Amino acid sequence: MSVIYLLITISIIVAICFFLAFIKAVKSGQYDDDYTPSVRMLFDDELKKTDENQTKTTDEKTI
Amino acid sequence: MDTSHCFHCGLDIVKADEIIFDEKHFCCNGCKTVYEIFSLNDMSCYYDFQKSPGASPLDIKGKYDFLDNEKIVDKLLDFNEDKTQIVSLNIPHIHCSSCIWILENLHRLQHAISYSQVNFHEKKVRITFNPGLTSLKDIVYLLSSIGYEPYISLENYETGKTNIDRSLTYKLGVAFFCFGNIMLLSFPEYFEVSEFWLDQYRGFFRWLIFALALPSFFYSASGYYVAAYKSLRTGMLNIEIPIALGIIVMFIRSTVDIVFGYGPGFFDSLTGLVFFMLLGKMFQIKTYSFLSFERDYKSYFPVAVTKINTDTKESSIPIYEVEKGDRLLIRNQELIPCDGILITAKAEIDYSFVTGEAVPIVKKSGDKIFAGGRQIGKIIEMEVLLSVSQSYLTQLWSNKVFQKDVEQKYKTITDKISRYFTPILLLIAMVGFAYWIFIDINTAFNVFTAVLIVACPCALALTAPFTLGNVLRILGSQKFYLKNAVVIEQLAKVDTIVFDKTGTITTSKQTSITYEGVVFSNHNLTLIKNVLRGSNHPLSRMLYDFLPETSRLAIHEFDEFPGKGIYAVTNGSTVRIGSASFVGKKQPLHLEQTAVHITIDGLYFGKYIFHNQYREGLEQLFKELGQRYELKVLSGDNEGERQVLERLLPNGSQLIFNQKPEQKLEFIKYLQEQGKNVMMVGDGLNDAGALAQSNVGISISENVNVFSPACDAILDAGEFYRLGYFMRLSQKAITTIKMSFTLSLLYNVVGLSFALSGNLLPLVAAIIMPLSTVTIVSFVTLMSNFYAKKIKGI
Repeated sequence: MSVIYLLITISIIVAICFFLAFIKAVKSGQYDDDYTPSVRMLFDDELKKTDENQTKTTDEKTI
Repeated sequence: MDTSHCFHCGLDIVKADEIIFDEKHFCCNGCKTVYEIFSLNDMSCYYDFQKSPGASPLDIKGKYDFLDNEKIVDKLLDFNEDKTQIVSLNIPHIHCSSCIWILENLHRLQHAISYSQVNFHEKKVRITFNPGLTSLKDIVYLLSSIGYEPYISLENYETGKTNIDRSLTYKLGVAFFCFGNIMLLSFPEYFEVSEFWLDQYRGFFRWLIFALALPSFFYSASGYYVAAYKSLRTGMLNIEIPIALGIIVMFIRSTVDIVFGYGPGFFDSLTGLVFFMLLGKMFQIKTYSFLSFERDYKSYFPVAVTKINTDTKESSIPIYEVEKGDRLLIRNQELIPCDGILITAKAEIDYSFVTGEAVPIVKKSGDKIFAGGRQIGKIIEMEVLLSVSQSYLTQLWSNKVFQKDVEQKYKTITDKISRYFTPILLLIAMVGFAYWIFIDINTAFNVFTAVLIVACPCALALTAPFTLGNVLRILGSQKFYLKNAVVIEQLAKVDTIVFDKTGTITTSKQTSITYEGVVFSNHNLTLIKNVLRGSNHPLSRMLYDFLPETSRLAIHEFDEFPGKGIYAVTNGSTVRIGSASFVGKKQPLHLEQTAVHITIDGLYFGKYIFHNQYREGLEQLFKELGQRYELKVLSGDNEGERQVLERLLPNGSQLIFNQKPEQKLEFIKYLQEQGKNVMMVGDGLNDAGALAQSNVGISISENVNVFSPACDAILDAGEFYRLGYFMRLSQKAITTIKMSFTLSLLYNVVGLSFALSGNLLPLVAAIIMPLSTVTIVSFVTLMSNFYAKKIKGI
């Protein structure tokens, strides 16, 4: 059962890694505004018409 | 398609002004222009997210000239380098997802803008742009042209960058990390059976738990130690003291237990307690984050003014650089920034900010004009007498009433109880100690610390924030915004209500107009309406809207005399509209009315009288409130409305007229000296002193972003008639708090009985404390929601 020393230590280290990730995330400022992103993600991306034309022409060239 | 409302801004379309473009209906040219901008740039999906999300753009020519001044621009920018500048602008019109969409797609309208991000709660947009290709002034113009005019006030100019404080989030993260891990690591000891392996590794677990508790104890709970220390220094006993005491005792006791092997210690309860306390605090803060009440009087003054230099060139200077003797140029609708003397022949100044009267006051050359007025009509020149810090309004603001910390006037219910909590707790602990010391010294220490640990102040600390936070949220969703939770407690204690008249119980939106005199023919009405169209005067505008539709006529001559009236020649007739003396009619001197007289071709026809329109539901509200409170009305206006008010109010209510702002303040003070708990309901800067002096000051506002900073609460004008409901809800909130205190008392009794009998096992403590916390929080939330629904129906 002495392996429990190792197991617990490893799990604590993993937990600390997650904690550091939390600190980093908060520092980056993404939690300062928690409402606007919820609205922002609902906006549809519009397909740019010019991009479509370009891909069409390159396809033709390869054929 | 809804043709009676503007496609862009949703307001009613006046048929005469309607514009149809691209098969859509607009109320004015401004809205149509914004629509054009959007559809030309392929951005018409602005309208897809929300119906009629727009605002009509206002004319701002000249208003932002101060942005040409490098010093001012520098103060407003967040970041300033060669190729990039970043600015954060406050835009009051942000209210929906369309706003977010359009503001984050600004780069499609102006290529020099590389990126823009909206913070919805703060109503701010952060724009990154290339200063080489565009300037801040151009961006402000762009925003205004699409109906999103920013609100730039002196605050932005004065304060430096505010550092965002994230320490609470970090503390909460640390607390939860420690709490969760310690709980897991405590499991072996919970399910304690004397197993061999456990004895072997017990030490390991315990010291690991100790190590994990350290960050929580030292870092996360540090706020409480600091608060408790501060409160001890001032000799007051507030709620933080028993919490800090409990945490420290728990820590010491648990460390002693571990070191001497008495038991596993109470680290799980300790970290749990810290976590729940911080959670409560965070909840409190989130509830307040929407409204910012920190605006001071400076927000009402323009950031910079136009000064006329000695060589007659105009330059814009920051308001604090205005000195005595400077000549300033004030445009239409601009605020007069400081006291001075009028140079231009005539000026019409709207002092509704200060006196509450909507009718502009006429001043002539040489008259003294006071700060806070708004110029209506032509451009005027004035010479400065007093610099900004000494003006009349500032004196009112500087009245010591504002400086006084309102918090000290009133002890919250939590503070009241916590004053007794700590001493009683210590007493019980001493008694328990004294009792056990004769029996077994170990148990005596055990009991002493157990009492201090288990007597959970969490109920005390959490009840108030959660209940009040919830009620704050409920009230906010019904357009009654309170400055903070303390206001709810104060609302419940009010016994006298004082109402201001103009703008509070009367609405400035509609004024009922009656006519006395010879009836007009349709032709005459056409003449009058066309003449009124050319005038910008508030009374002209109201009368213009009031008169029925007529055809358009050309005006040959038009002359508006500020303070007197309009003289016009149209369609062969001479029309005079205005004051009695202007139209040539003798008026008895004591008649107090706001009236507009009409003369056509020298023949006097009659007058339009403007009546104050009282708000909807006012009579009902007065009846309802009159049953529980003493009602009074103060007014800066004349006695003309006395009879109407006496009818509306319950018998014997006091009505006082012709009150100046200082007199209103004195009246409130006088009532308070008589021992009354006064609530004042007002609207503008002129009752600001009174609002601050009263125990609760409520400001009625048609537009939530413009209000008096002295008030404790803002009530949207449309919800005014529900004031009675709001008062009752606050009383129920206090009832809920009292009920939950009783509940927590029960928990404490149970816990203390365990503690005093020496039987407090860590496991028991670990169960009781979170259990009591969770039940109390759920209880108060459910109860306050229940009351909110129940008393609505009454």
